[in-house]
Amino acid sequence: MQVQSMHFKARSGQKLADVRLQQNLKILSQRWTVGRTNAIAELDDFEGTRDEAVERRNRALANLDAYLERFEAEATRRGATVLWAETPEEASRLVVAIAKKHEVAKVTKSKSMVSEEMALNRHLEAAGVKVVETDLGEYILQINDNEPPSHIVAPVVHKSKDEVSDLFARVHDRPRLTEIPAMTREAREFLRPHFLSSDMGVSGGNFLVAETGSVAVFTNEGNEGMCTVLPPKVHVVVTGIEKVLPTLEDLATVARLLPRSATGQSISNYFSILTGPRAPGEQDGPEHMYFVLVDGGRTGLLGGEFQDMLRCIRCGACMNHCPVYQKIGGHTYGWVYPGPMGSVLTPAYVGIEKTLDLPQAATLCGECHVVCPMKIPLPDLLRKLREKQMERGLRPRRERAGLAAWAFAAKRPGLYRPMVRMASWVLARLGGDSGRIGSLPMSGGWTATRDLPAPSGPTFKERWAKQRH
Amino acid sequence: MRVGLFITCLVDVMRPEIAEATVRLLESAGCTVEVPMAQTCCGQPGYNSGDTASARDLARKFLVEFERFEHVVLPSGSCGGMIRHHYPVLFADDPDLRVRIEALASRTWELTSFLHDVVGMKSLPGRFEGEVTYHDSCSGLRELGVQAQPRALLALQPGVKLVEMKDARACCGFGGTFAVKYGDISTAIVDEKIERIHASGAPCVVLGDLGCMLNIEGRLRRTGDTTTRVLHVAQVLAGDAVPAPASSKGA
Repeated sequence: MQVQSMHFKARSGQKLADVRLQQNLKILSQRWTVGRTNAIAELDDFEGTRDEAVERRNRALANLDAYLERFEAEATRRGATVLWAETPEEASRLVVAIAKKHEVAKVTKSKSMVSEEMALNRHLEAAGVKVVETDLGEYILQINDNEPPSHIVAPVVHKSKDEVSDLFARVHDRPRLTEIPAMTREAREFLRPHFLSSDMGVSGGNFLVAETGSVAVFTNEGNEGMCTVLPPKVHVVVTGIEKVLPTLEDLATVARLLPRSATGQSISNYFSILTGPRAPGEQDGPEHMYFVLVDGGRTGLLGGEFQDMLRCIRCGACMNHCPVYQKIGGHTYGWVYPGPMGSVLTPAYVGIEKTLDLPQAATLCGECHVVCPMKIPLPDLLRKLREKQMERGLRPRRERAGLAAWAFAAKRPGLYRPMVRMASWVLARLGGDSGRIGSLPMSGGWTATRDLPAPSGPTFKERWAKQRH
Repeated sequence: MRVGLFITCLVDVMRPEIAEATVRLLESAGCTVEVPMAQTCCGQPGYNSGDTASARDLARKFLVEFERFEHVVLPSGSCGGMIRHHYPVLFADDPDLRVRIEALASRTWELTSFLHDVVGMKSLPGRFEGEVTYHDSCSGLRELGVQAQPRALLALQPGVKLVEMKDARACCGFGGTFAVKYGDISTAIVDEKIERIHASGAPCVVLGDLGCMLNIEGRLRRTGDTTTRVLHVAQVLAGDAVPAPASSKGA
């Protein structure tokens, strides 16, 4: 996907002014934070489960090469083909080549964020293959002129029911519906012929299981089974290389955390473990099964200070709980992954210099770290990215000069004390009788919308020096 | 008990009366308070902006000035988090210094955790009357676990009635330089916080950090609310907050 993160500021302004979006985001943040809180309370030992899951993910990442080889061997032994892609573009080329090889005219897709990294739909369509998104949210976005998702779990969360009603009436050319079950039924009517006439299903993969060569997929709508098991000749799984888990036992542990952290469900409506193509004598399954496993910058994080990020299981809890995401929504972040996890992954995968706002546009409140089921220290990682920006001279000159001046003074008490005494005096005068400063040079970001409360008198140190000495 | 007071740069300049209230509380708890006059800033603005080198220099400076104290107390969860949580990380490559920093960090306390967890304060030096709601500041809450302590101490104030607002733990949108760099997002966040404060019905919001204080108060006043009071928990506990004007809301 094209990177748009450089337009962060302009976009965030538009999103803040979008009244309907603000309402939609408010509903989301309330519903999902409460949902998660209730769902984790069901677990006898949430913290213990979390620690165990972190350890299991860490073990997988510490020996990633070995587990990927094991996965490849087991998947191959069960009749699947495992292909490796260094870049998202290469992954798209591989999927297009698979489609060509099997003379595929139509692809049905279940949800996959990695396919967004790959811009897979665009590549398939350029090769003359029709692509139909079958996750309801992704379907809505596709028929709305291929709008990008704004959330990794609920791609269409930025839209209200009314907006979808209008869209369906226009695109489906049917009377406008207002009840969600009726709208869902209508989408199903439009999707069913595609399921039945599809030649190839593409799905994501929440996890790969090395010991069995399987993929595990958590979904809520049943569309994934229609894409992967029912009619198609070919099933292609696209996912990132970091998703491998050594054993089914590992999968069982993380499965207790993923739906709870994501949607507040004990378990998603559907949970599939798919292993190999249809074997002789089996009733269902594809004739051919492929895995396209994407690096796309992931090995660059291995063994480095951002390795913790690879534990991410894409639950979205960090964005659901992020005060900034809750105000600007996912599109503002400008690439595939929004919110705190996206603000770490995007610079790592597409380049720090194209994403200067992302690590900065965070209050570092720490709630993302608190709710992350994988205990990823997101605020620390964002801070490290800020450090990298500074080291590489990517911050504006004025910002660097300001910080340098502050540090220079703060290290020199003899200079600092008269300086703050002066500052206190000036600010107190500016505040006047009201004690409020309405505008201040170089502080427009603050004073455009807020007063600056003025100092209430001489500094504490001056008072202390007078009283006690 | 000999306690070094780390004033914090914002309290020193913007709200010196909070440091005075802090001294009063500490002295009434039986501590001898000393204020090293060469202290400046904990280094958090630089640290959070990616300038780790200057943060390290200021951490060393803090060590020199405060190592001699039995305990160090500061009226801020945010600077407290910087010292307790982040200072040790800054010296990962210097084992000797790291040991000393860790030792000092472990006896450096955010005010309410010191009064509640270390001193076990049972009575307060002054009185405050009124309904208040409490805003949990991010670093204090999430880096230091400051949550029960200020509430337990407020309960020692017989005239104080604490009414919880919804989502008291939600960020106010300050975030240090974030509030200036992304002023519009920051404002949208503080507006929601203010909605919650108003909905609580309390005429006064109490908190433990200057950043949140300036942010919330600055936005309240700009939007025409001149009556909702924004006080540091030290002022309410010490009982030396200026009484609310008779005309103010809820009084």
